[in-house]
Amino acid sequence: MPDVHSLVNEFILKLKKRKVEGSQATARLAAVLLRSVISQQRIGYTNQAGALIDAVKAVGEQLVAANPVEIAVGNIVRRVLHIIRDEDLSLTTAAMAGLNLSAVSDDDDDDTSPDDHPVLSAAAVAAAARSTLRPPSLQSLLEDMPDSAAVPHTSSSGGDSEGKSKSADKNSRSRKLKHDVIEAVNELIQDIDTCHEQIAEQAVEHIHHNEVILTLGSSRTVLQFLCAAREKKRSFRVFVAEGAPRYQGHLLAKELVARGLQTTLITDSAIFAMISRVNMVIVGAHAVMANGGVIAPVGLNMVALAAQRHAVPFVVLAGSHKLCPLYPHNPEVLLNELRSPSELLDFGEFSDCMDFGSGLGSPLLHVVNPAFDYVPPKLVSLFITDTGGHNPSYMYRLIADYYSADDLVLQRKAAPST
Amino acid sequence: MDSRRASRAVIDPKVRHVGFVTPNAPPDRAQSFPQESNSSPLSASPASNTLSPVMIPPPRHPSENLTTFRTAAIPVPEQTRLRAESVVFEGSYDPTESLSSSSFQTQSPPASSRLFVDEEFSEESWLHRNNSAKFASSSPAPGCGFNLTSVKEVSGGDSTVISEVKKPAEASANEKNEASNDRSKNALPSGPSSKSLKAKTTKSERRALQESQRAAKAAAKAQGNKPAPAASSKAAKQPSQKKEASIAPPSAAASEKKGTDRPSERERKKDAPAPRMQFDDKSRVEKAKKRALVNQTEARNRVEYFRHLPQYEYGTQLPDLQSKLFQLDPMHPAVHKVGLQYLAGDVTEDNGRCIAMLQAFSEAIRDYTTPDEKVITRDLTAKIGSYVSFLIECRPLSTSMGNAIRFLKSRIVKLPLTLSESEAKASLCSDIDRFINEKIVLADKVIVRHATTKIRDGDVILTYGAPSVVEMILTHAHELGKQFRVVIVDSRPNLEGQSLLRRLVTKGLKCTYTHLNAVSYIMHEVSRVFLGASSILSNGIVYSRVGTASVAMVAHAFCVPVLVCCEAYKFHERVQLDSICFNELGDPNDVAKVPGRRDINYLDSLDKKENLQLLNLMYDATPSDYISMVVTDYGMIPPTSVPVIVREYRQEQLWI
Repeated sequence: MPDVHSLVNEFILKLKKRKVEGSQATARLAAVLLRSVISQQRIGYTNQAGALIDAVKAVGEQLVAANPVEIAVGNIVRRVLHIIRDEDLSLTTAAMAGLNLSAVSDDDDDDTSPDDHPVLSAAAVAAAARSTLRPPSLQSLLEDMPDSAAVPHTSSSGGDSEGKSKSADKNSRSRKLKHDVIEAVNELIQDIDTCHEQIAEQAVEHIHHNEVILTLGSSRTVLQFLCAAREKKRSFRVFVAEGAPRYQGHLLAKELVARGLQTTLITDSAIFAMISRVNMVIVGAHAVMANGGVIAPVGLNMVALAAQRHAVPFVVLAGSHKLCPLYPHNPEVLLNELRSPSELLDFGEFSDCMDFGSGLGSPLLHVVNPAFDYVPPKLVSLFITDTGGHNPSYMYRLIADYYSADDLVLQRKAAPST
Repeated sequence: MDSRRASRAVIDPKVRHVGFVTPNAPPDRAQSFPQESNSSPLSASPASNTLSPVMIPPPRHPSENLTTFRTAAIPVPEQTRLRAESVVFEGSYDPTESLSSSSFQTQSPPASSRLFVDEEFSEESWLHRNNSAKFASSSPAPGCGFNLTSVKEVSGGDSTVISEVKKPAEASANEKNEASNDRSKNALPSGPSSKSLKAKTTKSERRALQESQRAAKAAAKAQGNKPAPAASSKAAKQPSQKKEASIAPPSAAASEKKGTDRPSERERKKDAPAPRMQFDDKSRVEKAKKRALVNQTEARNRVEYFRHLPQYEYGTQLPDLQSKLFQLDPMHPAVHKVGLQYLAGDVTEDNGRCIAMLQAFSEAIRDYTTPDEKVITRDLTAKIGSYVSFLIECRPLSTSMGNAIRFLKSRIVKLPLTLSESEAKASLCSDIDRFINEKIVLADKVIVRHATTKIRDGDVILTYGAPSVVEMILTHAHELGKQFRVVIVDSRPNLEGQSLLRRLVTKGLKCTYTHLNAVSYIMHEVSRVFLGASSILSNGIVYSRVGTASVAMVAHAFCVPVLVCCEAYKFHERVQLDSICFNELGDPNDVAKVPGRRDINYLDSLDKKENLQLLNLMYDATPSDYISMVVTDYGMIPPTSVPVIVREYRQEQLWI
């Protein structure tokens, strides 16, 4: 598949060169890419899900390695893997519970030793598949009991039923899995596209009249959230901190002004001074970790501390593609990125000082320009995702809905192989 | 720092010293203090100062390192003489004297000078700044009530007329009122703050009183009776203070009556200031026009919370004032130059502004000649007042400048009458030099010595902006051969950190430069935070360059000690809780434009949008609980001790 390879390489290059940035953009592109990977993946008759998973994982590893800071890419890879497992599971259970059990058992004949009791083998496969797909949950445990009991009964009826044409069945099934997966990925892409609107719908529940809101930098989620409240005829005032060194706050201020909101642009240094007059801090996030901590644009930890000092609610808006199932360790350093010093200092002006050639081995001047901040969960009052508002302490559970436990570590397999 | 404090709290109950017990305390305290304080002999006594329950060393204690240091520069005898003098002025003050004309001249100015020095800081003065300016220039006379009324007249009429109309009022007010006013003020050395407060709080009261008591008081004053205070000088101080409040109204009332009583001789006396007043008038009129314009264009774009603060259209005043440089004879060129420097932002650093102002004043005083029929104490005070109001127009005063002005005016009014003019001028100039030397230069040196004891090898020191004291500390520590790294945190719009960075790097210090938002990233590796301050208020709030509070907060959250380095002359007895009630607004356009980043131009087209406001705050207030220690020229103290320093040393500060 040269065509998929080139697509993947192109995307990897973009990620590496930071041509694509921002969780939404990268998430969407990653999902689209994975969709094409899946659609072009040729699937054998056996272990189709496994093949898809391997293919997606291989691509996913490269994507994550290309820019580990774009956590959303890893999230999407995990989401797609989860989708594949889920679809496979549902197909298997449907097949098992359905009429063509014999066909299934016949399909499985090749890898399992030919047995006298195809029924049992099918049940075993289903059980095995289930156990690999999911950690045992109460529901699956409960489901398993009647299943195993019911298997002989259905199998007998299945055995009695007429066999279909095997080849047609194989094709349809493999196509069905791929089709289902692609459908589900499409849904995921749609989710990513619409998460802003879904979050923004909740704006009126959180913003009242005459509220004073502070935000830092620019985030499309925040913009739409505020605009949604504005469209509902809420009148409120927004303080926008400019968010050095990218000064995206200027952009946000411009957009808000264009939409007729009372906007005040302040410098980042004035945040502490102004926050005592602010009712709520609403910010976007780069990623939300499983412990409820937030990887956010740089400066937000300061804002969160100031908000805590003045007992101002600190609300984080995050689409579900930003939810990361990992627990952060030393996130300020490990999940961060240092950007170009030229954003802070003119190269021309300080080039002599930054030079390594001073003979001392290390330059006298360092310029630190991190891109992200880590906001610990205790500083966050509320998360608003497309599924509603959540406490930081609840995020791990919310995240468990979206991911399979097997996929949490994407790179583990890669490490021994390479 | 915090842990140390905690440990002290644990230790204290065991020792169970009640009250102020200095002698025994230091030894065991010193143990709990880190070894660094023992390392250098010089730091020993400051360290123990810090730890003793009495944080302030006695003013003139010979064994103190601090004072020996100070007296090295200033001979003790002189100091004592000055103090004695001031004591004489206050303690042995005989109220009856104030009624005699001779002492009247010498005694009256303090009242007025203090009055409007205080006013420079009161919120009212920010609103009625021009009023006070006019007031200052026209006469060193009465209270706010009068002030307001005079302004009303001014707005009505032609400027020359106004001066004449005003003079009778002043005259009457002066004569009637000053005796009472300054006595009560002299009697109470803590006058300035309490007075200004009093004046403010009782303003409405006064109005009410005024109506009811007018007749009685006027009669009483005509007789010049000061019965209660005269009886016993010490015991009657409290009553006299109260009296002052109740006496003030009549003055206002009298001034309203427009001094029909004695117009002529006062009028003549005030002839000289007339041109100055005209200038003030003119500029005020222009200013008012301009400001009206500014307000109209800016009113929409001003932040609602900060309507009580003056905000000008930037760039309009500068060319105007520059063009006027040679037209305005009443304004001394040195003062004018300093004003332009303020306006243009050439001198932004606090100490620099203060020194520039004092030097300009010193130059102005040198060139000053007392007009005929004038007394230097009064005329010069008025003159300085007009300079100050000019400088205020250029840029609002900082607290330190206010303190310096207060010092200078107190020096002027304390000039002995026996001195000739040249002697008086020389003495004033030397006073100014001494203030600069002692309160700023030497204080900085002491602070540097104290603070360098807190720098150890391997430290990573963070500073914010470009406080000059911290720069000196870092340079000094580097010269001592200490191995440390500096983190310079900077923020828009001024980016002073870059110049500091350049200076430090050329001196060979290892520096890391970052912006304010990254402070919580960099704070992991920081072991000390050194901050400068524009002022420390008596509730421990550190009023400083905007963003300082954020840095202190993050440092606090990361358990990094925060040391604020601030000269004691910047302490002020004002209190403040937030950064909004009192602040200074910079040029809002600085916020919209990011120099050097042409890609950030989103707001270029939006300048005139009504619902976009740009806020460029200059200062913020750091809560005292973020501050581990204040390093000042009196030693290293907790922020809670600031009011003590203010109380104990203000006298000395004023009279040096």
